[in-house]
Amino acid sequence: MRIGVFVCHCGTNIGGMVDSHQVAEAAKQFPHVVYATDYLYTCSEPGQLQIQTAIKEQSLDGVVVAACSPRMHENTFRRTIERAGLNRYMFDMANIREHCSWIGEDKEANTRKATELVRMAVAKVANHAHLHSSLFDVNKRVLVLGGGVAGMQAALDCADGGLDVILVEKKTSVGGRMAQLDKTFPTVDCSICILGPKMVDVAQHDKIKLYTYAEIDEIKGYVGNYTAKIRKKAPYVDWTKCTGCGLCMEKCPSKQSFDYHNEGIAVTTAINIPFPQAIPKKAKIDPAYCRQFTKGKCGVCAKVCPVKAINYEMEDEIVTEEVGAIIVATGYGLLDIGELGEYGAGRYPDVITGIQYERMLNASGPTQGHVQRPSDGEEPKRVVFISCAGSRDASLGRPYCSNFCCMYIAKQAILTKDHVPGVEVYVFYIDIRSPGKGYEEFTRRAQEEYGVQYIRGRVSRVFPQGKRMMVKGVDTLLGAQMEIEADLVVLGTAATAAPGAQELAEKLRISYDGYGFYMESHPKLRPVETNTSGVFLAGACQGPKDIPASVGQGSAAASKVLALFSKDQLASDPQIALVNERRCIGCFKCQDTCPFGAIEERELRDGQKVAHVIETVCQGCGLCTSTCPPGAIQLQQCTDNQIIAEVEALCQAWKQRS
Amino acid sequence: MKAKRYAYYPGCSQHGTAAEYEVSARAVADKLGITLVEVEDWSCCGSTPAHTVDHVLYGALAARNLALAEQMKLDTMVTPCPSCLIALKSARVMAQDKEHLQELRELIDLPLKGTIEVKSLLQVIFEDIGLEALTAKVKQPLTGLTFAPYYGCILTRPPQLAQFDDAENPVSMDKIIAAVGANAPDFPFKTECCGAAFGLAKRQIVQTLSAKVLAAAEAIAADAIVVACPLCHQNLDLRQEQVNAFRGARSRMPVWYITQVVGLALGFSPHEMGLDKHAVASDAILAKWETHLKEHAQ
Repeated sequence: MRIGVFVCHCGTNIGGMVDSHQVAEAAKQFPHVVYATDYLYTCSEPGQLQIQTAIKEQSLDGVVVAACSPRMHENTFRRTIERAGLNRYMFDMANIREHCSWIGEDKEANTRKATELVRMAVAKVANHAHLHSSLFDVNKRVLVLGGGVAGMQAALDCADGGLDVILVEKKTSVGGRMAQLDKTFPTVDCSICILGPKMVDVAQHDKIKLYTYAEIDEIKGYVGNYTAKIRKKAPYVDWTKCTGCGLCMEKCPSKQSFDYHNEGIAVTTAINIPFPQAIPKKAKIDPAYCRQFTKGKCGVCAKVCPVKAINYEMEDEIVTEEVGAIIVATGYGLLDIGELGEYGAGRYPDVITGIQYERMLNASGPTQGHVQRPSDGEEPKRVVFISCAGSRDASLGRPYCSNFCCMYIAKQAILTKDHVPGVEVYVFYIDIRSPGKGYEEFTRRAQEEYGVQYIRGRVSRVFPQGKRMMVKGVDTLLGAQMEIEADLVVLGTAATAAPGAQELAEKLRISYDGYGFYMESHPKLRPVETNTSGVFLAGACQGPKDIPASVGQGSAAASKVLALFSKDQLASDPQIALVNERRCIGCFKCQDTCPFGAIEERELRDGQKVAHVIETVCQGCGLCTSTCPPGAIQLQQCTDNQIIAEVEALCQAWKQRS
Repeated sequence: MKAKRYAYYPGCSQHGTAAEYEVSARAVADKLGITLVEVEDWSCCGSTPAHTVDHVLYGALAARNLALAEQMKLDTMVTPCPSCLIALKSARVMAQDKEHLQELRELIDLPLKGTIEVKSLLQVIFEDIGLEALTAKVKQPLTGLTFAPYYGCILTRPPQLAQFDDAENPVSMDKIIAAVGANAPDFPFKTECCGAAFGLAKRQIVQTLSAKVLAAAEAIAADAIVVACPLCHQNLDLRQEQVNAFRGARSRMPVWYITQVVGLALGFSPHEMGLDKHAVASDAILAKWETHLKEHAQ
């Protein structure tokens, strides 16, 4: 073997705490190493050229780069050596940045550790084998999860690009949060007026297959070939017959059902169509309130339905869809007001959330846009907004900013002034966060043109005082405590991960952060990719996001899928488990351990049964290799022999030192 | 039923200004099957003055009592005073850190493990005894009476330390009051500050803050305020005249300890519960209760 070693300084990232030159000098003495050098930025163009030149001049057949984490640049350097004619897997990275220079404070010890890491990598590469990818077909259909504005944008862009799209939405109608909103900031244009046409497009596009009131039961497979089991929940109404006429809603005797679309500030009927613009406009029965379900008798809707669509016996249906990529756009949830004990925790009717207020402001909402106190229906004379209700609050475990509350509070403050003549509006804020285009001007308008009183400080308590609510807080600019009597208090409640986000992440095998938001592959450079190949993110499921950002991500995710599907075949990663059939004893312990179902039974010509790894399904996690009793399964490029070689190299280093 | 045994840390107030809290606490504990074994040779918990001076010495003052309680081979120490509770719990948390534990051991010159559980008497009644067992022992329900449950600022705070009830909207006393047959309406000031120890240094703070608590209790038409803290009691009861002068009011709002409320319901007389020891007399509320009981009997 002729191995070349390239030690990076990464400016002072590595060079400041590791003597890269000394590491390279030491590497020259290692077995198989014929060339070693150090360079300021190995990943730069001259740095990569240096590797390619050395491969040619020194006839290298293996390369070790000692630099950052392989998560960062393994692929970069694999492409580098491939372009110089080497097999791209004749390569290994020694992580001397994240695992060494960034964490150790002793430069001498760091240099020693870096040298040992390089020595191990060299020993491993010396045992590397040429690996070759195989090609597999791509199913060019895409599954979009979530029919909010981000998911709809992604679905429409994919469909316009010629892909078949399966759009799955949890509720009975697409539209998501945006369908609940009255106006959008900073233009104050009607939300449903700009969203409605998109919803219709989604329903009418011949490339989009829509499943509403449906959820994902199971996802199996891998990039290019996923199988999704979709649970179509029983609406107890045959949607092939339902015309959305609404007669059932008129006659339903159970008129006190919880109204999810109106966030509980109104009641609805047990059988209902959530809002007039719903797509598809189909009725659904809420069995928690329907008398046929709770009391066992009623049947009014079945009697009045002109097309006989009601079916109380209906059951959930499972459909299977084969797709090649998945876009996750499952949105966000809102903090349960019950967590905010200091603001009344849902005990006081005149303390409501921003989304409830949005429904109240909405002309098609339960109050037809009239602002009313929930307690007595009177028009408020003074409205107080509290921003960061639960956000930026480490004591509630939510130190993050919810991103859009400052802006919607400014919008709601302006709308309040528009709707209620003479009303006084106060906003308690920590900081006004308005970094979007036209946003700062908008919040200034609320203050200067509309006379909304902004008070910089937090509210410690909200409590009833007679018929009104007392808001007790601090004005940090005046350095004084203050109390304001209000008729209505609106909380800018924290945005949270959508309910069930973690369970879905586990089905998709994607990661999520401590708050339940899905993790992007790289916070700056791969914002809509996940670490699971073929699964992409759009919208607020990745973190609180406003409409423009969600739409942008919807389009971005769609373009990623279109790029992925621009090839008919994809190359598989050959760094997977492989069974030595002569050693396999056919115990199939590996089959039980494999989390991906990648191991099948294969019968040899002599009738003996052995394990066989399905190349495209195996993710190379290595669980099977440590389970296999005779050591018949080996993870390519991480074989027992390679690990032993690494350990031996490390022991050699220690032996020399002592 | 076998009595549950707890190491008992009364704290200085129980032997002084809050003698009626002590009497009622012990009587109620006895009736509910709680055996309180007083920690022998207990000393000051450190309270407010100590932690403003030195964090470690503050820890050591309380830790000495933890160490003494540990020697009693009981798994839980109980105290009626929230200020003591926080001091003892803080020391317990401090003892979880190896370096601090060593420091504390050296300062108090006693073996200390920091393993003993610390609970308020309220928590023991609410969680270890439970509402069901409490209700079963009620002899004379406090029907017709309305109490403002006032928890004060530190009984549930900071939540990481207190590990009891909801920090911002606690309900344990509300539920106990309801369990003994009285009303506990939503009391918005239940966790506001009464002014605490500022009564000496800056009396106006106590007057301002306690005035609000009293006014809030009047606003919900309470017959009495119920507290679980000797300092709250002192500010609301003993200083009520001062506060009244400050806010231009003539309120005579009785302030009872939660143990006195429970004790009455369990069958003790007002005198046995030390209700005649308060600065603000309880004659009116007791008369109201008697009338109710009579009406009920008829």
